[in-house]
Amino acid sequence: MEQVLELKHIHYAYHTLDGETPALTDISFALNKGEFVSIVGPSGCGKSTLLSLISGLLEPEKGLIKINGKYLKESTTNVGYMLQHDELFEWRTIYNNVILGLEIQHMLTARTRERAHDLLDLYGLRQFESSHPSELSGGMRQRAALIRTLVLEPDLLLLDEPFSALDYQTRLTVGDDIGQIIRKEGKSALLVTHDLSEAISLADRVIILSGRPATIKQTIPLIFDLDADTPLNRRNAPEFKTYFNLIWKELNTDE
Amino acid sequence: MNNLSAEQKKYLLMHRRHKRIVSISRILILLSFLFVWEFTANVGIIDSFIFSSPSKIALCFFGMLMDKSIFLHLGVTLFETIISFLLVIAISILVAVALWFSSKLSEILDPYLVVLNSLPKSALAPLLIVWLGATKTTIIVAGMSVAIFGSILSLYTSFTVVDPGKIKLIYTLGGNRFHALSKVVLPSSIPAIISNMKVNIGLCLVGVIIGEFLAARDGLGYLIIYSSQVFRRDGILIQSTTSSYISQMLSLHPDVRPEKIPQAR
Repeated sequence: MEQVLELKHIHYAYHTLDGETPALTDISFALNKGEFVSIVGPSGCGKSTLLSLISGLLEPEKGLIKINGKYLKESTTNVGYMLQHDELFEWRTIYNNVILGLEIQHMLTARTRERAHDLLDLYGLRQFESSHPSELSGGMRQRAALIRTLVLEPDLLLLDEPFSALDYQTRLTVGDDIGQIIRKEGKSALLVTHDLSEAISLADRVIILSGRPATIKQTIPLIFDLDADTPLNRRNAPEFKTYFNLIWKELNTDE
Repeated sequence: MNNLSAEQKKYLLMHRRHKRIVSISRILILLSFLFVWEFTANVGIIDSFIFSSPSKIALCFFGMLMDKSIFLHLGVTLFETIISFLLVIAISILVAVALWFSSKLSEILDPYLVVLNSLPKSALAPLLIVWLGATKTTIIVAGMSVAIFGSILSLYTSFTVVDPGKIKLIYTLGGNRFHALSKVVLPSSIPAIISNMKVNIGLCLVGVIIGEFLAARDGLGYLIIYSSQVFRRDGILIQSTTSSYISQMLSLHPDVRPEKIPQAR
């Protein structure tokens, strides 16, 4: 199967005047095309660092990252990165927020504008195009943030706890919502979260990290026997509890 | 608007009454101050040669209106203030942007800016005359010197407190530092820039008048000095009131208050 992302022996440490804090040691894994992988781990273990490395915001001290078979630096693949907060700009309308990435990458054409409108329409934000972010609910804002990422047509989506700023109820619906959008667009996605049930409800595979410095403890493939495999249906499936306990136990064993 | 509830009507009425009391009180304070001043000067409780009196001031002002000298001085001061204000804004935005771009530069220059800002600028004015001569340039530079360092510092501070998450977003969308500046830092600093401008116009006016005290043939500052030398208290008072009135007009123009600036764009 075609690999979208490949990490080999990644090491990373933070440096301050007080000393060095190793964050990641020897992380290797790969992501197949169209696959949705969740990464869970204790808080502060370096999960977000991993996404920053993949998106090129940070550079690994050792190891290599390949995207679509090319080294990160030479790669022209668009990597979409969804942050914890929606970071919509209050001084721009929703539409202008959505096309921010296009503006920055000089990709504003009639076709991409059309696509921005289409996506807003498809995901129920058409009538809010000329509203400002403060007029939208938390869930709608997060959806707008996702569209801002999707409109750049990324082959790989990085999600950094994108639902953690939402209240519980919104979180379930938005998680369901966004999970289905990503499946529908056929994107490969890497989700970082500390919420186990979120990880299980969305992913094909869960990677469990140890505490700092993070190493990969185990990878657990998730298989659900469902007619409609949506995040909400998964939460009600009998397998859900089994996986939850399995991952929970794995996270809490210190070897 | 007829379907307002009784409570809403009562609220609106209370609000109007509150507003009316505030504005009537303001006017009453001014009138009673003027009255007491005029009265005490007329009956000889205070010396009208030293303290002048409202009626004398009004006559003097009327005289200046008649011979049109006030317009010349007003125009000159206004012109110098606006030039130095525009220069302050342009230079401080440019310098603040440069400091934001290079954290090294800002760390290097920080103590210098703090020292320059706390310098007593009115003490600089006599030096400026020596350096630049008794010209308009001197007066404009004097006006700028009062405002510019504080302006740079406050703009730079407002640039640095921009939400780091929003800047990270720019990088995740493939942008660079220029994009971060033009898409995030500058737009989100507009309220800060506006309130900075409000403060600066007043400061520039003060600087310009200080400059005119020392190196001018016209302008309000020159008039103040001239009047004080020929013992025309009424003249000084007119000039001082006029200048504070200008700064009021310039900085409190109702539509340029930061909270009124639409967040759009």
